[in-house]
Amino acid sequence: MSGPDAAGRRVSAGTRATVLGVAVLVVAVLVGMLVGPVRIGAANVLRWLVSIGDPPPGMSEQQALILGDLRLPRVIVAGLVGASLAASGAAYQAVFRNPLADPYLLGAAAGAGLGATIAVAYGPSGAIELTVPASAFVGALVGVGLAYGLGRSTLGGRSTASLVLAGVAVASFLTAVQTFLQQQRSETLRQVYTWILGRLGTTGWDDVRLALPSVVLALATMWAVRRLLDVIEVGDLEARSLGLHVARLRLVVVIAASLATAAAVAVAGLIGFVGLIIPHTVRLMVGGSYRSVLPLSMLFGASFLILVDTLARTVVAPAEIPIGVITAFVGAPFFIAVLRRNRRAA
Amino acid sequence: MGKLLGIFVAVALAFALDACSDDPAITTAPTGGSATASIGAAAFPVTVTGTNGDVTIDSRPERIVSLSPTATEDLFAIGAGDQVIAVDDQSNYPPEVPTTDLSGFEPNVEAIAGYEPDLVVFATEPGDLGSSLEGLGITALQLDAAPNLDVAYDQIEQLGAATGHVDESAALVERMRSDIQGLVDGADPATGVSFYFELDDTFYSVTSKTFIGQLLRMLGLENIADAVGKGSGGYPQLSAEYIIESDPDLIFLADTRCCGQSLETVSRRPGWHELSAVTRGDVVPLNDDVASRWGPRIVDLLRRISDAADSAEANAA
Repeated sequence: MSGPDAAGRRVSAGTRATVLGVAVLVVAVLVGMLVGPVRIGAANVLRWLVSIGDPPPGMSEQQALILGDLRLPRVIVAGLVGASLAASGAAYQAVFRNPLADPYLLGAAAGAGLGATIAVAYGPSGAIELTVPASAFVGALVGVGLAYGLGRSTLGGRSTASLVLAGVAVASFLTAVQTFLQQQRSETLRQVYTWILGRLGTTGWDDVRLALPSVVLALATMWAVRRLLDVIEVGDLEARSLGLHVARLRLVVVIAASLATAAAVAVAGLIGFVGLIIPHTVRLMVGGSYRSVLPLSMLFGASFLILVDTLARTVVAPAEIPIGVITAFVGAPFFIAVLRRNRRAA
Repeated sequence: MGKLLGIFVAVALAFALDACSDDPAITTAPTGGSATASIGAAAFPVTVTGTNGDVTIDSRPERIVSLSPTATEDLFAIGAGDQVIAVDDQSNYPPEVPTTDLSGFEPNVEAIAGYEPDLVVFATEPGDLGSSLEGLGITALQLDAAPNLDVAYDQIEQLGAATGHVDESAALVERMRSDIQGLVDGADPATGVSFYFELDDTFYSVTSKTFIGQLLRMLGLENIADAVGKGSGGYPQLSAEYIIESDPDLIFLADTRCCGQSLETVSRRPGWHELSAVTRGDVVPLNDDVASRWGPRIVDLLRRISDAADSAEANAA
């Protein structure tokens, strides 16, 4: 069940891009571990990494704590979130055949925001670090489920446009509910917004444990069907004539992408732009085949968010900048530069 | 993102007024509620000065609406409580205040006017509340978040003049001045005791440029947030790494109400269990409300902080 084979030239371009992607990810992880508001000698950090968390002589207990309890889980979570958002973006763009589709399209973000608001405003105040991500996770899935069900049942569900429209309607509705609840509990307003703007500043191993299973499951699913995405992108009729169960495949991909998005939102808040710019940048590098676009989106998405988060915690150190601000600030000009370069090259 | 940012900025601005519910643990004996209004030196009409400029009050107001939790506390502390008929939903101290569902953040002019007030006191100016009220012939006095103690004192005295409680307001200010001076005099200026002041559980803090930050500095304490450069607006979000590295002697939690934080939750955070303040138990829960207002109860807050600093100094020695 392989998609149309691309020319050999493109395959080698894809291989080269994969090697580049892995190299960039390794560099990003190293940068993320080496750079932070607290200066820890590069040699020490490298020795700490090589010895897998065993503090080398001369490193204080405190520095080992910073590396092991704060920096490493934060780099891992940033990588997981970046990979999830970028891969989900690519997948949504394929199944909806819409270049502007992004991980927040189908009410996932609005649902997560509502879930977080409910947890902050009405949940037990003591266990907020657990209830908020969990509630956001459920909210994201409920949002997507509503949009999907509505799109299929009331609007016929034949075209992808009906799904997108249902997503917009559901998102507006959930956002309205969220705003209403916030008005009722205005004393928790600020907490909701600091959460929505990104919570990587408080990341620990709990977040890794929370996100990892869903992210691995979702990314593996998307990886497994990446060749079929090329077929589905051509059109429902064409895909069906090739023997593909279009509706079922679309449902599987939407569930996987939404699961990844929900996990990302649950641990990191709403981080825009990644799901849009990373897949498109990858497409400009290696062409449109999802056999390469999907895995490379994961690699570059992870690298991108790790580097952006490194900026977030160093630019105004020892203070932090909300990561969503930097993804937009860095991402938009970067994206435009890539587009311009590509036009010149063409 | 732009919309989110806009909201975030608005929320951050409104932060000074962020309030939850009341903590009976910190109390100042409220002098409000006494019917013995000293007309004394007060003569109407009187002109007082607020953030919105000079405001002339023709006669002793008897139907005051307060949309500012701090002004509410001030009014009751100077004995003008009987003249207050309605306060906003965030005003919760003293306990007998006539709390309504009026909002100081998103004031509804019509709802305010429905109380037929002869004086409206408010803090923030979202839009043009003052002029809207003036347009309806309602006297409006704005007393915005005080940048320092002098302004906080002045606001109390302006309220005293505006309500006919000049003597009480002067006495209250005098008492606050001497209490705070006593705490400052009692503080050892060279302790080198450092602290981290937490506004929420994502590590938003205050620098010494803020109202509360200035008070802490008066007690000779070192604020770890002061390492943050200019342009943070006084309320930076600190990196967890930096807090761990700074290893402050004291952690003040002004997020006990909003975010349910305590020594226990703090010690559960990644990397925090080995902080000196955590192992020694020098994590001090504060009342979020008092810490975010600039009313009479800051004296109690300062006393609590001063005591905590003394014990932290002893623990560290």
